[in-house]
Amino acid sequence: MGALDLKSVTKSFGATDVIKGVNLEVAEGEFCVFVGPSGCGKSTLLRIIAGLEDASGGDILLDGKRVNDIAPAKRELAMVFQSYALYPHLTVRDNMGLALKQAGVPKDKIKASTDRAAQMLSLEKLLDRRPAELSGGQRQRVAIGRAIVRRPKLFLFDEPLSNLDAALRVATRIEIARLHRELGATMIYVTHDQVEAMTLADKIVVLRDGRVEQVGSPMHLYNDPDNTFVAGFIGSPQMNFLKSAALGLPGETTGIRPEHLFIKASGAIAGTVSHVEKLGGETLVYIRTEPHGLLTVRLFGEHSYQVDSAVGLDIDAARAFHFDAAGKRLR
Amino acid sequence: MAQARISWGRTIAAHAILITWTVIALFPVFVTVVNSFKSRRAIFADPLALPWPEHFDLVGYTTVLKQGDFFGYFQNSMIVTVVSLFLVLLFGAMAAFALSEYRFRGDMLMGLYLALGIMIPIRLGTVAILEIMVAGGLVNTLTALILVYTAQGLPLAVFILSEFMKTVSDDLKNAGRIDGLSEYAIFFTLVLPLVRPAMATVAVFTMIPIWNDLWFPLILAPAEEVKTITLGSQVFIGQFVTNWNAVLAALSLAILPVLVLYLIFSRQLIRGITAGAVK
Repeated sequence: MGALDLKSVTKSFGATDVIKGVNLEVAEGEFCVFVGPSGCGKSTLLRIIAGLEDASGGDILLDGKRVNDIAPAKRELAMVFQSYALYPHLTVRDNMGLALKQAGVPKDKIKASTDRAAQMLSLEKLLDRRPAELSGGQRQRVAIGRAIVRRPKLFLFDEPLSNLDAALRVATRIEIARLHRELGATMIYVTHDQVEAMTLADKIVVLRDGRVEQVGSPMHLYNDPDNTFVAGFIGSPQMNFLKSAALGLPGETTGIRPEHLFIKASGAIAGTVSHVEKLGGETLVYIRTEPHGLLTVRLFGEHSYQVDSAVGLDIDAARAFHFDAAGKRLR
Repeated sequence: MAQARISWGRTIAAHAILITWTVIALFPVFVTVVNSFKSRRAIFADPLALPWPEHFDLVGYTTVLKQGDFFGYFQNSMIVTVVSLFLVLLFGAMAAFALSEYRFRGDMLMGLYLALGIMIPIRLGTVAILEIMVAGGLVNTLTALILVYTAQGLPLAVFILSEFMKTVSDDLKNAGRIDGLSEYAIFFTLVLPLVRPAMATVAVFTMIPIWNDLWFPLILAPAEEVKTITLGSQVFIGQFVTNWNAVLAALSLAILPVLVLYLIFSRQLIRGITAGAVK
């Protein structure tokens, strides 16, 4: 229940191609995250899966059945929106039960499903309120509850945490992960936040300009990126890109993660400290170097460096990635 | 915080302008109502005087209520205005929803075509309209007026409402689609309640010209049993003698129903006009 298969899906708005041929398989019960910069087509792809947009070409298969021409409500999926999209004139209970009511489910069954979902999300006390009387976090929990009530084959999340503040975002993220474990349902989640992608996903799909750049588990993408785009997008702080020629290394660009750069007086790269960020558990040191620009070094624990002081840098050559001029990884 | 304080000079200037405007706007209404309560001699002797007991006279009102079928005229005006208003709001909102929500071939042209009526006055087509009504056997019926007023009100309604409907969240409509609501259900239960202030704005802008119109009732429905209130009041205006008491009394009475309708819509209207300006 809930395996999704996309076969060379394309989408054009007039003359602009937004999705340029996406092939993707999502296994049953998998948590799949679409991640990419804004405008990369990830939300459009989600809308195509939901049936809110028609694909210009290609096939969308749900459990092996082609659903291109099936209305959104008949695809047995549920969607959670960034803006919550709760019905302002209905109570929380009616918001959650509307889809079942439309499908003609008897009242007592609707009540049972709503109560069960409300209990999973601790919404019992809010059932008789209207959306206007709820806080942002509560509204998003109701929106998630509305999705659960339908027992869909497929859950679609469209940047559900973007409107929440930082603390609530972490809490809701954990809640979504817990729901995925409890329900065992297939989930597709769109975000531009790579931290959400890394923490939630079984499988990350990195998109750029309507194309899939790379698909894989979070650690696979982190440890084995195919190109500079994926290498730069996954991981925070961002990977450093150095000019290979200056270091006598192969390829055009050398990528090295901030934790694999070391400050050492005798280091091969000379630079000056530009800024220091102390986060307690770790310290980020930004170092300006001549041919490579601004580099980030991540040190664990507390460290002190004087701004504008001269330092040397060394790289952990075994952990470096080498890319050609087009940004493709050299293996 | 210092910038938030409003200077006294500017407040006074703003209020002076607003009060001047209010006085100018209300002056004709004031003169009409005041003189409707005075004797004929008093109207001409001192038109601006208040109806003090010495020249207080209800002769205008008694004439109006005795002569002609004034309640009939009221009823005709009410039917024409309310039915036209309903049709303008219904069809205007539906067209606006289609234009703002769906992408189809020629949608831009269709929007322009529907908005064209704002710039071209419907009265230019009076002769053709009369010919159509004669051919359709609709002369001297309220239906003729309702059809014309619906056509007259639609362009502005479509224009204003489609702008407002673009502001209704796409996510909300999409959530409805995923939950299995039909497009009609989405329109009536999700979108319409959210554009209610805009609907009230359109209602007021549509209602007043219809109620006040003299042109089309005179041409399309001049018969006694279908006369509207504005046309009915004209019986007191003669070529040589005008019964001013009666005319002023009839006009004062004619203000009441629109006033009531306006009060019903006004709360929403203010929200419609200030929408976007104040979050």
